[in-house]
Amino acid sequence: MTVIPIDRADRAGISGGPPVLEARGLTKHFPVRHGKSQAVVHAVEDVTLALPDGGITAVVGESGSGKSTLARLLAQLIKPTAGAVLLDGEAAPSRQRYARQVQLVLQDPFSSLNPVHSVRYHLARPLQIHGMNGGSLDSLIADLLTRVSLTPAETFAAKYPHELSGGQRQRVAIARALAVRPRVLLADEPVSMLDVSIRLGVLNLLADLREREGLTILYVTHDIASARYLADVIAVMYAGQVIESGPSAQITDEPAHPYTQLLLSAAPDPDRAQPPSLAGRGTPPNLIRPPRGCRFHPRCPHAMQVCAEDRPPAAEVALGHSSACWLHAKGLSPAQSRPLPGADRNTDQAPGPDAGPGSGPGEEK
Amino acid sequence: MSAESLVDRESLVSADAVADDVLIDVSGLCVDYGLGDGAVHAVVDAELTLRRGEVLGLAGESGSGKSTLAYAFTRLLRPPGVITAGRARFGSSVNLLTADQRQLRGLRWNDIAVVLQSSMNALNPVLSIGTQFSDVLRAHRPEMTRAAREARSGELLEMVGIPADRLGNYPHELSGGMRQRVMIATALALDPAVVIMDEPTTALDVVTQREILEELMALRDRLGFAVLFISHDLSLLVEIADSIAVMYAGRLVERAGANAIFRAPRHPYSLGLLSSFPSLHGPRRVMEGIPGSPPDLRDPPAGCTFHPRCRFAFDRCRHDPPPLLDLDAGTRTASCWLQDGITPVPAELARPVPAERGRPVAGGGQPVAGGGGQPVAGGPPLADATPTGGQP
Repeated sequence: MTVIPIDRADRAGISGGPPVLEARGLTKHFPVRHGKSQAVVHAVEDVTLALPDGGITAVVGESGSGKSTLARLLAQLIKPTAGAVLLDGEAAPSRQRYARQVQLVLQDPFSSLNPVHSVRYHLARPLQIHGMNGGSLDSLIADLLTRVSLTPAETFAAKYPHELSGGQRQRVAIARALAVRPRVLLADEPVSMLDVSIRLGVLNLLADLREREGLTILYVTHDIASARYLADVIAVMYAGQVIESGPSAQITDEPAHPYTQLLLSAAPDPDRAQPPSLAGRGTPPNLIRPPRGCRFHPRCPHAMQVCAEDRPPAAEVALGHSSACWLHAKGLSPAQSRPLPGADRNTDQAPGPDAGPGSGPGEEK
Repeated sequence: MSAESLVDRESLVSADAVADDVLIDVSGLCVDYGLGDGAVHAVVDAELTLRRGEVLGLAGESGSGKSTLAYAFTRLLRPPGVITAGRARFGSSVNLLTADQRQLRGLRWNDIAVVLQSSMNALNPVLSIGTQFSDVLRAHRPEMTRAAREARSGELLEMVGIPADRLGNYPHELSGGMRQRVMIATALALDPAVVIMDEPTTALDVVTQREILEELMALRDRLGFAVLFISHDLSLLVEIADSIAVMYAGRLVERAGANAIFRAPRHPYSLGLLSSFPSLHGPRRVMEGIPGSPPDLRDPPAGCTFHPRCRFAFDRCRHDPPPLLDLDAGTRTASCWLQDGITPVPAELARPVPAERGRPVAGGGQPVAGGGGQPVAGGPPLADATPTGGQP
């Protein structure tokens, strides 16, 4: 319905330069005790994602989809089970040198700042640890606060976290991440804890930082509308895998993967012309024993025989827009494309007593 | 008792034209936290009416007083919360603010049920779901036999889309969405006329949220209860509510039909809130949201509490708190000096209200938003000035 102008595809970094930060085949399994035996939660499975220089990439997914684990892997806070994180095409350097280039902003500004220290202390630490240049400590701190629109800077530097509102705290957390002059900012749900009226201010700040300073940003969120607003590229995650990625407006206007279609059919949308009808049902799978084949097939309204057996390859459905779904595959045999019997597929798949949310870290809630 | 509730339910369905169909009528309600000079005025002069079968959305940010308001007129408010003024009636006869514990006990769950925000904490972790249903029924319907209670429990569970054989499960064996469904089923156990839902789907994923809302609206169409739906998510309320009341810093700033609020808000805060939700359609535009942050209620601004963040504020706003004004022939109210009929109204706050489209009577009961009018959220097209732009 909407034609994507060419310049947006350009802006999306599809034809842009080499990526700054890249995840290649990134996999993370968390060991858990499951009954008597050892088991693993397949939190992130074979994710390949490139963050183009100066671009904003959004990772969208429900809770438990592995999006935060991906952000932590990219920040090198946790080690991948397999795969690699590449900075400028090379294996990541030492921890400290890496932190100088890639910084993480966490979801909850109420717990990510230390209540007994002033804003000044929070901003001085990274400057002292990583070595500062370009002026005195005070002038650098004032500069940081100005960049995140906390002015007058002197007043804010002297404040403690409890004296700030949620939005101001998140700006301090962003300023702290900017202190080392990183090239990449990983923002894990940076606005979901904030009041609705101030979320947009923080999103606009991120957009502004990219615009003015060429910062490369990864925006992790569950809110696909805000991803469309902020990001050039959206990658949709489901059950630990990236199932669709492409230019953000194209993902929301013409979603190719049935899961993205489901997500969009469920999102609050007052502009909707018709009453919403859900394109699927149910809840994400247990990641200790994820479904064979496509992990979405138990919920998919279009599931075929092949979906239950083999993982779908990513197919390019448009320029820079790829979707991992067997529906895009050509030349499937009649047996493979036979619809799966759907008796129990469209019901709310309740976790059984042995696979409930209390049984492992598979569920984030 | 159960025969009585059956009669009630029938009268609910055919009660559209009855004159006294106001179920909850709140006026001038004030709630403080604490006493004396240090008291925080959490709710000031709240007006609220809820009619039979209506879905009323109560929108506002955290700290705006929306939950406090609901807890106050249901008398669930705990110290240091104090009701300092106002009236609240249920139906034509019951004064909610002076009712004693015995009267309240008769009203709660029978007539007014509450679904709390966090189902994880509201369900008892050491009792099975069936036991918790039975508890409610035993307390309020002592004449029911054990077999009747069990049958009713199973029926309730199936009503919200959970197989009845789950009655023996404990809360930890259910997913978050199922626990919230159980909460809704418990609330509906005695066929109440009013269900108050405090952010019932906030902690849930978007797909689960939509499933529960669909079920809730279908149940509303079938059983005819009225819903007070409290949420910070205005875009969600526009979809599900018949009318919406917006709160800011303890005051109701606007009330109107859902479509009217969405297409033609009259209060600058409603306008700002609507332009804080990026759209899923159309060209991507720069949106401004609302500058600043909500006020500290210990020290609220003088005059209109929204004036420090309002781009239309003028002198009077800084001194006089605006009254709640009737607008558009009494179909809606707003509390803003711009709407006093004398002050020129900015174009954004004077959009014509598009004709309300018919709502489907059954099947989901989702409102049909859309139609005429321009979307409220606006700004320069993305191509000119952009938060997302890079190289042109």
